[in-house]
Amino acid sequence: MSTFPISIPRPIHPTGVWGWITTIDHKRIGILYGVTAFIMFLSGGIEATLMRVQLAGPELDIVSAAVYNQLFTMHGTTMIFLAIMPLSAAFFNFVIPLQIGARDVAFPRLNAFSYWTFLGGALMLKLSWIGGATDAGWFGYAPLTSVAQNPGTGIDFWIISLQILGVASLAASFNFIVTIINMRAPGMTMMRLPVFTWMSFITAILLVLAFPVITVALIELTFDRYFMFNFFNVANGGSVVLWQHLFWVFGHPEVYILILPAMGIVSEVLPVFSKKPLFGYKTVVLAGAIIAFMGWMVWSHHMFTVGLGAVANAVFTVTTMFIAVPTGIKVFNWLGTIWGGSIRFTTPMLYALGFIAMFLIGGISGVMHAVSASDAQQQDTYFIPAHIHYVLFGGAIMAILSGIYYWFPKYSGKMYSERQGKISFWLMMIGQNVTFFPMHFVGMDGMPRRIYTYVEGMGWEFWNGVATGGVFILILGFLLVLDNIGRHWRNGEPAPADPWDARTLEWSIPSPPPEYNFEEIPIVKSLDDWWATKQGGAHKEVPASGGSGDEGHGIHLPQPSYWPIVTATGLFVAAYGVVFNDLIIPWALAAIGLIVGFVGVYAWSLEPVNDPEEDSTH
Amino acid sequence: MVQEQAVQIHGEDEDTTTGLNHRKMLMWAFLGSDCMFFGALIATYLVYQGKSLAGPMPVDVFDIPVTSVSTFVLLMSSMSMVLAYSALTKNHLKGFRIWMISTAIMGSTFIGFQVYEFSSFANHHVDITCSNPGELTDYEQHIFDEGCSAGEAHAESHEGLKPQTNLFGTTFYTLTGFHGAHVTLGIVWLLSLLLLSFKKGMITPEKNLDVDLAALYWHFVDVVWIVIFTVVYLFGVFPGF
Repeated sequence: MSTFPISIPRPIHPTGVWGWITTIDHKRIGILYGVTAFIMFLSGGIEATLMRVQLAGPELDIVSAAVYNQLFTMHGTTMIFLAIMPLSAAFFNFVIPLQIGARDVAFPRLNAFSYWTFLGGALMLKLSWIGGATDAGWFGYAPLTSVAQNPGTGIDFWIISLQILGVASLAASFNFIVTIINMRAPGMTMMRLPVFTWMSFITAILLVLAFPVITVALIELTFDRYFMFNFFNVANGGSVVLWQHLFWVFGHPEVYILILPAMGIVSEVLPVFSKKPLFGYKTVVLAGAIIAFMGWMVWSHHMFTVGLGAVANAVFTVTTMFIAVPTGIKVFNWLGTIWGGSIRFTTPMLYALGFIAMFLIGGISGVMHAVSASDAQQQDTYFIPAHIHYVLFGGAIMAILSGIYYWFPKYSGKMYSERQGKISFWLMMIGQNVTFFPMHFVGMDGMPRRIYTYVEGMGWEFWNGVATGGVFILILGFLLVLDNIGRHWRNGEPAPADPWDARTLEWSIPSPPPEYNFEEIPIVKSLDDWWATKQGGAHKEVPASGGSGDEGHGIHLPQPSYWPIVTATGLFVAAYGVVFNDLIIPWALAAIGLIVGFVGVYAWSLEPVNDPEEDSTH
Repeated sequence: MVQEQAVQIHGEDEDTTTGLNHRKMLMWAFLGSDCMFFGALIATYLVYQGKSLAGPMPVDVFDIPVTSVSTFVLLMSSMSMVLAYSALTKNHLKGFRIWMISTAIMGSTFIGFQVYEFSSFANHHVDITCSNPGELTDYEQHIFDEGCSAGEAHAESHEGLKPQTNLFGTTFYTLTGFHGAHVTLGIVWLLSLLLLSFKKGMITPEKNLDVDLAALYWHFVDVVWIVIFTVVYLFGVFPGF
């Protein structure tokens, strides 16, 4: 303890709640991410349900127009930042180190910090319901977010929570970039990485480059709101279109941040349940990279009706249509994978197949409004929510559900009920199509999005009623998923190490994996190395450590730490103070938060990765 | 035991897949991210360049010789940072401390210049003799037109350049302010390392990564300033530059 200036004893083998609070084990953090994000997903679902109930018939008055605006804004922000992104992060955490044959991530404490910061940001956003949430839409277009238009604290909560979530995402992305490049098992070359790890790697790079842009946009908005700067103040020459550019330069890569991990999950599930290698591994990886690269060149297709001019619209039409090409390549590769395979229709496989079908529909409507002339008819109608729900619900959520079932034996150590899983899949498939497909029709009929009600006789009643009905099928589906997961996590059948006869390294170790993951670090000789090993390839392993040591396996693990959560708490408190910027106490709160955060960072950086005294006790 | 610790967790060693250190790789990823941060700020500045509707413009407030001096000081601080790191690797701890403190002092000098600059811009005032106005910038011409038409002897304005004054003020203070914040953070970091070096065994010729990372950050912040100085200051004052 001699080198450690702040004399709070380090948590040593804590149990129970403290074990979770101080944990730096990537598997536990993954589970924390997953559970939190699923709860957030349900809260976003409740918001959506309220909206659908309000729209079930013409001129209903279940929620007011003001609350409706808050509902759609919070629904969008919640689902994107608090549900899909962290659900992907849950898989990054749990799966990547196992897939590359690593002990943990490169920075275990930073990983814990990412989670706690994310939790702070999530709570922050949800707390804004007290006193009026943000209501300017999830892309917060200027000048709807200006103080003049929106004097309440809702927008401030939204801004600050997105900034905190940005810190969490950036920290996590740095961590995963380094982990994937630098912690691979011997022989695991980049072109032997499982596709899920590849897509996560590309996602992390996109995040690292895209998030600073929204950070800057939000800083500019903050300064406008707090200090009367002129960024988006038209009276002093500011341009509201600048916000749109900055937002979508981030926002479009963000779309791929949401969908690439989903594509990665599907690329894992399809080969396993088709008993075939992934068709065109290199092409799938390359297509992912091209999607990520092209994702930077299409942002203005969100702004076709702004009036950027014929040349800009033409260019962005072409680039947007082009990005469908690598996406199409992936779809054909998935089809090639299942073609002629001996297919097992397990629950994860059904979800993966559902992903392909639903994502394809979303992709087709995407190409439709890639054409700027056609988009002029569709902009701001229900056609757009139809599209986004086919790619994000039919796409991302279906793939995530596939992953939740696929890795369930691994993270819980139990088996789920296959029958219940299949029923939930069909409920989900029917529910989402009944909910989202009619939006195409009412959109084409000219129903604008973001209206809280409509008059009778527009021809929108029937399909809106149908869509609302679909929501309840979806709710039933999700209750079944929850029941299946929750019940079997506690008392399901114990899962074998490799229940699916799978291909990648995470299935070569027991379910659930021991804290140290691999007793022997494998030497990787080929793509799908675990499959090759099972087919009789010689499998040599190197010991994970030099030998003698603690707990019988001789592997020294990093120890838990308080400082990540302390630092994250400081950030949260500071941010909470900043929101109520017009009072003295909040500023004091912000100062206290900053000091706590600062102490946390210092103590953290001075804390040895392993406590020397703890070492000497062994 | 020492070895396995290094292999599994610490990353202070070469036993990673690529042979590169974890923390160093993270630092590069962070700098890449920070490039986009400054990129977005600079893009905003450029989008609004010349779009201000009122108030002082770059030609009115910039004092290129003064800013050149502070730029020179900041660039020299990069050199002393290199010397600090080099002294450390040669086990010259005293030299290391001297160069670290010089780097921090030069960084602080730069910040001092920035504070002076901000306050002088904010208090920028114009006093034009109506009978002999001399060569006027657009902004001064505007004051001249307003103030001298009533037959006054002097036309004055004490409005100055504040972030709220016009788009130039808004974008200029935000961009250079965030750069200044980066420098300030760097100074805190350098001083922390300096203090740490008095604790035995914390910073040694072998254990130099902490200094190496701070140096990377410091150089990056300097490079960003070169871009800002060129784009904001030089392009702002010399139109065909």
